[in-house]
Amino acid sequence: MSVLPAMVEAFRGEWRERASAESRLLPQGKLSGPMPWVIAIMIGLTVVATASGLALRNTASVASADVAGGVTVQIVHGAPRERDRQAQAALASVRSAPGVVSARLVPQAELDALVEPWLGTSAGDDVNALPVPALIDVRLSGSANEAQLAALRTRLKAPAPAARIDAQASWLAPVFKAIGGLQWLASGLIALLAFATVATVLLASRNALTNHRTTIEIVHMLGGTDTQIARIFQRSMAVDAAAGGIGGLMLGLVAIVALGRQFAALGSGMMTSTGLGMIDWLVICCIPLAGVLLAVLTARLTVLGALRRML
Amino acid sequence: MNQPDDAEIVHFDNVGLRYGTGKEVLTDVSFTLYSGRFYFLTGASGAGKTSLLKLLYLAQRPSRGLIRMFGTDAITLPRENLPGFRRRLGVVFQDFRLVQHLSAFDNVALPLRVAGVPEREIVRPVTDMLEWVGLGDRSHARPATLSGGEQQRVAIARAVIGRPDMLIADEPTGNVDPDMAVKLLRLFEALNRLGTTVVVATHDVHLIQKMPESLIMRLDKGRLSDPTGALRYPPRRVSTPPRPEVLGA
Repeated sequence: MSVLPAMVEAFRGEWRERASAESRLLPQGKLSGPMPWVIAIMIGLTVVATASGLALRNTASVASADVAGGVTVQIVHGAPRERDRQAQAALASVRSAPGVVSARLVPQAELDALVEPWLGTSAGDDVNALPVPALIDVRLSGSANEAQLAALRTRLKAPAPAARIDAQASWLAPVFKAIGGLQWLASGLIALLAFATVATVLLASRNALTNHRTTIEIVHMLGGTDTQIARIFQRSMAVDAAAGGIGGLMLGLVAIVALGRQFAALGSGMMTSTGLGMIDWLVICCIPLAGVLLAVLTARLTVLGALRRML
Repeated sequence: MNQPDDAEIVHFDNVGLRYGTGKEVLTDVSFTLYSGRFYFLTGASGAGKTSLLKLLYLAQRPSRGLIRMFGTDAITLPRENLPGFRRRLGVVFQDFRLVQHLSAFDNVALPLRVAGVPEREIVRPVTDMLEWVGLGDRSHARPATLSGGEQQRVAIARAVIGRPDMLIADEPTGNVDPDMAVKLLRLFEALNRLGTTVVVATHDVHLIQKMPESLIMRLDKGRLSDPTGALRYPPRRVSTPPRPEVLGA
């Protein structure tokens, strides 16, 4: 029963011993110089870019879900009495239309609040003289499509000839397009940062190889294998990347929290209703791990490639 | 005492070596080394001794010719098999090639660590070896703090610690005093008695005279001559009787 743990412990001891002996072959502190700092910056930027991309995706997703089944009916008429009559007629007609889940006439108070920033409501502001349309907020069971909009237009033509029907999603289409563009930008940034990390590790590995060429030649002459030498570089790079990764993650998290607070302060419904979910935080926390793996793999391939050119 | 046997350990056939597009530094070199024998490689400076040794310890591929080591074609030997061959060799480099950031102890332990010997099995033999070469009290010293002679002794200790099948030494006594030179030669001789083939490159005639049983290969402008018949089979032994003091009597 105790054989397996004993074997595992023996293997771990042996591995630790070998790792310690191998790590002494090259001076560890001088392998990669400022590498942890560079990796910290790369990881920090990647964390911010990833968080931004994910937050934008969530924003677009929530906003899209909110407005996908939304249709706005505007009754645009200069005479308030006729406008109200058509609004009531349209409301009754829309409620009985197929596919409509709910319909509500937006109260005057809400309309006033909507136009207040531009027109004002205090005495002297001639808001009542302006023909503000009556609005009906309609919710469909699915996404609003052209066929449904056309059916509603036909249905309202007789009871409310002044009605204008628009899908709410069409108003936000340019916003979604811009968000999509920003998401692509975030993905591009992440790819560029990964590329820059690979390039930095590659240069650092080559530099370390050049600096330690004599020692490597000696180790080779004594029967050292390429894999043994590559392991030393990998281990050093893993330590540097882990240190830089943790530092970069902390840096990125501070930036995300600060940015989150800034957006929350905007008070915009779109910005405050979204954020990062559990999976998103998990993805962000995995970035340093991915950075370490990328750095270690790059170091290994670079060192093995360079050693292959030596006898 | 382990008797030398007739097993071929190294065979060179019409080997030539040139660096880049320069002229050949070794030309038509052909010889066979047999297991358990002691060879001196002599020749003036620039004769090609170090180049020949580089071929022997697989640091260089020849420009032409055939090399067989330990019964295997060394020219076509896949690169991944080189470490296994190199671990059978002990090499004392002319410029010592000690790892500067490692202590004398760690330098001597290097071949054992590279070979994956567990750490607990390294301390004793390395300590004993350093004691033997007179550096027991300098085991923690870095090469930069050691004298030329001390560095050379560390290099020799490193070359022999793994009990190699073949020891290749390039001017191994060049930086040590005569007494230490004799002591080191005795170490090589002791290894040779245990079955290790020894190849020592030197132009120190006195050193060669101290080993009358040895076989001599002489290089002259990249070509090999055969003053003792070492390159013939069976090798002709030097007829000069050894002096008693050389035998350590």
